[in-house]
Amino acid sequence: MTYNLVASLLSAAAALQPQPKKPSFWMPPQVSTFAANVDWLFMVILGISVFFFVLIVALMIVFVIRYRHREGHVAEASPTHNLPLEVVWTAIPVAVVMVIFYLGFTSYLDMATPPANAYEVRVEGQKWKWTFTYPNGYVDENLHVPVDRPIRLVMSSADVIHSLYVPAFRIKRDVVPGRYSKEWFQATTPGEYDVFCAEYCGTGHSDMLAHVIVHPPGEFEQWLEKASNFLDTMTPVEAGRKLYQVRGCQQCHSVDGTAKIGPSFKGIFGEPQALSNGSKVTVDENYIRESILEPQAKVVAGFEPVMPTYQGRLKDPEIDALIQYIKSLAK
Amino acid sequence: MATADPALTDDRLLHETESGESYLTHGKGILSWLLTLDHKRIGVMYLIFILASFLLGGVFALLVRTELLTPARTIMDADTYNKMFTLHGAVMIFLFIIPGIPAALGNFVLPLMLGAKDVALPRLNLASLYCWISGAILALVSITVGAIDTGWTFYTPYSTTTGTAVIWMVLGVFILGFSSIFTGLNFIVTIHKMRPEGMTWFRMPLLLWGLYATAIIQVLATPVLAITLLLLVAERTLGVGIFDPSLGGDPVLFQHFFWFYSHPAVYIMILPAMGVMSEVISTFSRKHIFGYRFIAYSSIAIAILSFLVWGHHMFVSGQSGLANMIFSALTFSVAIPSAVKVFNWIATMYKGSIRLDAPMIYALAFLFLFAIGGLTGLFLGALATDIHLHDTYFVVAHFHYVMFGGTVIAFLSGLHYWWPKMFGKMYSERWARVAALLIFVGFNLTFFTQFVMGSHGMPRRYYNYLPQFTVYHQASSVGSYILALGFVVMAVYLLHSLVRGERAPRNPWGAATLEWETSSPPPAHNFDHDMLAGDPYDLDALVWDPKQKGYVRRDPSSILLHPAEAV
Repeated sequence: MTYNLVASLLSAAAALQPQPKKPSFWMPPQVSTFAANVDWLFMVILGISVFFFVLIVALMIVFVIRYRHREGHVAEASPTHNLPLEVVWTAIPVAVVMVIFYLGFTSYLDMATPPANAYEVRVEGQKWKWTFTYPNGYVDENLHVPVDRPIRLVMSSADVIHSLYVPAFRIKRDVVPGRYSKEWFQATTPGEYDVFCAEYCGTGHSDMLAHVIVHPPGEFEQWLEKASNFLDTMTPVEAGRKLYQVRGCQQCHSVDGTAKIGPSFKGIFGEPQALSNGSKVTVDENYIRESILEPQAKVVAGFEPVMPTYQGRLKDPEIDALIQYIKSLAK
Repeated sequence: MATADPALTDDRLLHETESGESYLTHGKGILSWLLTLDHKRIGVMYLIFILASFLLGGVFALLVRTELLTPARTIMDADTYNKMFTLHGAVMIFLFIIPGIPAALGNFVLPLMLGAKDVALPRLNLASLYCWISGAILALVSITVGAIDTGWTFYTPYSTTTGTAVIWMVLGVFILGFSSIFTGLNFIVTIHKMRPEGMTWFRMPLLLWGLYATAIIQVLATPVLAITLLLLVAERTLGVGIFDPSLGGDPVLFQHFFWFYSHPAVYIMILPAMGVMSEVISTFSRKHIFGYRFIAYSSIAIAILSFLVWGHHMFVSGQSGLANMIFSALTFSVAIPSAVKVFNWIATMYKGSIRLDAPMIYALAFLFLFAIGGLTGLFLGALATDIHLHDTYFVVAHFHYVMFGGTVIAFLSGLHYWWPKMFGKMYSERWARVAALLIFVGFNLTFFTQFVMGSHGMPRRYYNYLPQFTVYHQASSVGSYILALGFVVMAVYLLHSLVRGERAPRNPWGAATLEWETSSPPPAHNFDHDMLAGDPYDLDALVWDPKQKGYVRRDPSSILLHPAEAV
């Protein structure tokens, strides 16, 4: 019976459900199929909260004014308890929170259940960069998706816990090392939206940003094809620079000579480097290739052996392009 | 029963205690303080240390807010910022707010409310203080040897892989846990064994119900944190794989363990605050508390339910949908007892004679702010909205409204309420109002803006931020400066009162609980006579005496177990 009541209340409420797209005082723009539901629930809870807040504060103010201590005024006797009244003001919040729970839970079920035909994108978080891998193997630093199509993200982390958060879609999911986490969404409006990392992950946490680019109908496939062929359409140096930016090199290696977590790439090609084991090596094609695939083999003196391997993550032509790019930074 | 002339009997009582020395002057020299077993001195020392921690945590908070005046760098780099917000959280939670009301105010007041000479286990009480000091020293060592940048939650595997001084801080928190357990244990034993004649369970002042419920959580939940932190240390130092997946561990397991303590810990913070509210609102409304039993039961209900809701911190962590559903439902259940208390406090004011002295002003601020803090919890308990709001400034604002708007404001209410009893001095009521106003305005400006930026998607623990959030951050920072100014004013008039304050009467507010039946400040032995407890909210038993500038009992012998001996 309660269920029927709640369900009928819900359908009545659903009929009134507004569909704003623009950002409101409280919320960012609504760009996914979830957003309207989440915002509607937010406004329902806000309405309930404002009602109780006004009730509490108004009674408090009225009582303080009416019963303020003053000459000739004394406290009047009144009952010190009233069981029916107290049961009522226990029962009303119980009913209210049950409804809120129900609304939150049913909307959540939609968010937790991806449709079978969703387009899948692999996401990897690492300090402090997102990479998005498309079904054809192409990797990008931003999440490109077609509009009006369910997208399923399969996410993992290379180091600590991150959390992929897109406010415009109202989605958030932790990305945990050692397991895959999944979430899905369907974008409703083409455009460019912010992606944040929402789980604290260290120095660059607040710069672990990306964009979701929602493509208008038919344009996503064109974009993907063009972007995937970057090794063919760009010069090796340009392709190498793109890989440097997209694949996580840039977080630790600068190109302006400043030492970050790893040595800078500026002016190192062809030069000798002191290693942490005391020996020396000349930076050439073989050393760069080895450092990408087996980063711990020859660590430059003064740096920690913390780089993850790219074995199996970069293809030979991509490694070639990176070598050409580092070469272009030589003195 | 002898019905002696009230004034006469009263003078006699006055003569006995107020001519004698107080606990503050009983025993001279630093050692008489460091080795004291007197719960009042231990409470006062706790108070001093806790206020110092609050100052330290507050300075970290102001540095954080100042850095956030502009995106990117304002005054410090990202690593320093990460340490500042971590230290703000760790110091405020573990050093200030958890021990705040129980160990400082509770220690002082609890035995007095029982008409007792001390807590049941005075040596354990002193041990608790020394545990606190040891833990605090380790935390300070951590700050000086590189600080810590994990956030106060120490989430793995970040905390097991970062290069900062995690072990020092974690061991400090481990030891602070014992201080908390000892206090809780002591209060449980004291309340069970040392209630005076006439004080049945349902005649206990409601602060004692709050402290009792708190103590249960302290004793049952804190060991879980202790074990979790030891496992963390084992992983960092010995490489035992428990939480780090690269060693075969599970990082989400840490979150379960951590919140299994840290959610109940939220109620360690708020339950004693609710107890203070019950005392203050009743006293300053000159009304018997409304619905005593519902308030008492709701404290116990909160203590029990608090153990069942930890999973609501993990709705987006990857825990199963079923677990999310169960934790969401249980989370809402814990809202009910809090709502009941608020309604009861409001009802207590009905037909009262409400005096707006400083403790009551803070109590009213508590109702306003705690209502917002509690109600915004509804957004976070509901699954669909929590997914969006989790780990944003909305959460930051929510818990500051509960922890600061609730617990800290209640702590200030209690501090102003018992200050005359603790030190025998009155503070400037006018300056107290100025400070309260600054704190109220500054607080709302600081944290209400954070709700709005949070719901717009501003993630928490961000050093840098996108330009659309700038206006909110700047308003929030300005609010924090107003807030800080309020505390500066408070520090000045409270310190001034110690030196120049008017002498406090025994019972300046007219409360009916027993701590007001001894002199202000009390003698080392608390009471000259065995006390007989009546209804702790029978405020009609007290009457204003202009001669003393305080309240006196209409029938002073009514609270003495052996009235004949006193006369």
